[in-house]
Amino acid sequence: MSVSIKDVEYIATLARLSFPDAEKERLTAELNSILTYINKLNELDTSTIEPLDNMNERVNVLRDDVIRPSISNDEALSNAPDSQDRFFKVPKVISS
Amino acid sequence: MEYELVVGLEVHCQLNTTTKAFCGCSTEFGAPANTNVCPICLAMPGSLPVLNKRVLESAIKLGLATNSKIRKRSTFARKNYFYPDLPKGYQISQFEDPICYDGRVEFELDGKPMSVRLIRIHIEEDAGKSIHDIGTETYIDANRCGVPLLEIVSHPDIRSTKEASAYLQKLRQIVRWIGISDGNMEEGSLRCDANVSIRPKGSETFGTRTEIKNMNSFKNVENAILYEAERQKQVLESGGKIVQETRLWDVDKLETRPMRSKEEAHDYRYFPEPDLVAIEATEEFLAHIKAELPELPEVRRARFERDYKIPAYDAGVLTADRDLADYYEDVARVSGNAKAASNWVMGDVLRTLKEKMIDVKNFPIDAKRLGETIALVDKGVISNDIAKKQVFPAMMESSDAPSSIVESRGLAQVSDMGAIEQVVNEILSLNPSQLNSYKAGKKNLFGFFVGEAMKQMKGKANPQLINDILKRKLETI
Repeated sequence: MSVSIKDVEYIATLARLSFPDAEKERLTAELNSILTYINKLNELDTSTIEPLDNMNERVNVLRDDVIRPSISNDEALSNAPDSQDRFFKVPKVISS
Repeated sequence: MEYELVVGLEVHCQLNTTTKAFCGCSTEFGAPANTNVCPICLAMPGSLPVLNKRVLESAIKLGLATNSKIRKRSTFARKNYFYPDLPKGYQISQFEDPICYDGRVEFELDGKPMSVRLIRIHIEEDAGKSIHDIGTETYIDANRCGVPLLEIVSHPDIRSTKEASAYLQKLRQIVRWIGISDGNMEEGSLRCDANVSIRPKGSETFGTRTEIKNMNSFKNVENAILYEAERQKQVLESGGKIVQETRLWDVDKLETRPMRSKEEAHDYRYFPEPDLVAIEATEEFLAHIKAELPELPEVRRARFERDYKIPAYDAGVLTADRDLADYYEDVARVSGNAKAASNWVMGDVLRTLKEKMIDVKNFPIDAKRLGETIALVDKGVISNDIAKKQVFPAMMESSDAPSSIVESRGLAQVSDMGAIEQVVNEILSLNPSQLNSYKAGKKNLFGFFVGEAMKQMKGKANPQLINDILKRKLETI
């Protein structure tokens, strides 16, 4: 399995990212080298091994339904590139 | 050609927990924008989600209440998509191993038992709110980010709009009954998407389906499905093909229209959520939740019919809502007269609740006082008429016990034979012409004399005694 420039462009679109052509080529090569490594792992026979869904073996880590203080509106917006009247402000997205 | 409608519903149910699914922020509706937020629900780097115990309990409760299987080991997954009201860039959801699966919702439609199978129920989080209609930008309020939802996915078992609506109403009744959600569709606590297709009647294979979104009332769901089925029929009959797509219901134009393909370009790239550990539903945990689960509406309805000997329809009305069912049972117990209790609750109580637009929890006449009122009627202390026209309204205005209302207003029924006889004699002598007509054969004047006597006694006479005494008098005159 390998990825093409087209795959990179598709993934970039899903992430709303854009890259110059040179970078697309670099990313394609990097992704392919990662996939080569993964393919190597695929050579191992794992048919008798249960899939691992988490590195942590603990289960049922739960918290009680009790309010913990939120942060202030100012703090919430402090890292936002743009904000107005308590809201995060982003480029217009079409309503759906 | 005759077509058959095939519908499956995906319902999102917002849970009524105090805090969000994965952080301790309040879920309170209507808080100022971006104040119920924290590093976890705003997706700050390094923050880690922890599952709210009540979310897990609610999911299992709904699973049990819908005859679902509860998965022994269940995990979370990331559903990746880009939208500004989703700060993380992914929604925490469940994918391969939802907490509940293979369920069944049973209900009645026009007296016929129906069943819709459930594929799955899974836990996920809500997104924030985007406001598009002010200015040239979009405004984001992240207060709703991370509010817990259950997604309930049905099999395509629904064959009519009426069935779709009845199924949804049943689901709403269940989530309210087990106390996990307020189930309010208009306010978005229940949101419904419909997968709609049609096929030639008798065909076994499914047609191509479309997914309809944006229906926020039971009526909208019915209208949208009906519209979409008709649209598909026209496409097929004019030789066209149905395109598998997502369509939005436009509530103003009363039509569905396709979402732009750009809005639809979803490739969710699900993968296991590494920040949350697995859930294991142990027998002990399940037993604890089962013990908390109230008697379910269908079971209670059957019990009401059987134990209280009330008609199926009445039992259905009385178990529409758990608070109402509790109220009715208390009235039945206090009064010792289940049939009269049913008549009162179905009649005067429900009518008053509707008029005053309140729910039974806030009804001024508690079950104890209504039960005692019924008992007073049964003991002959007051007439049914006095109970309805005097005691019931008086209890609406004060918190006095019915017995003290009867006493202070002198409403006790007169069962004194002598007093009644005296009144009967009076009205007979005051109305000689009617008496003559009666003797001449106008027997229906009997009711007139009863009415006059009752009026004379301000409605407080024991009606049976008036009847008896009047009958005896008229026979001997």
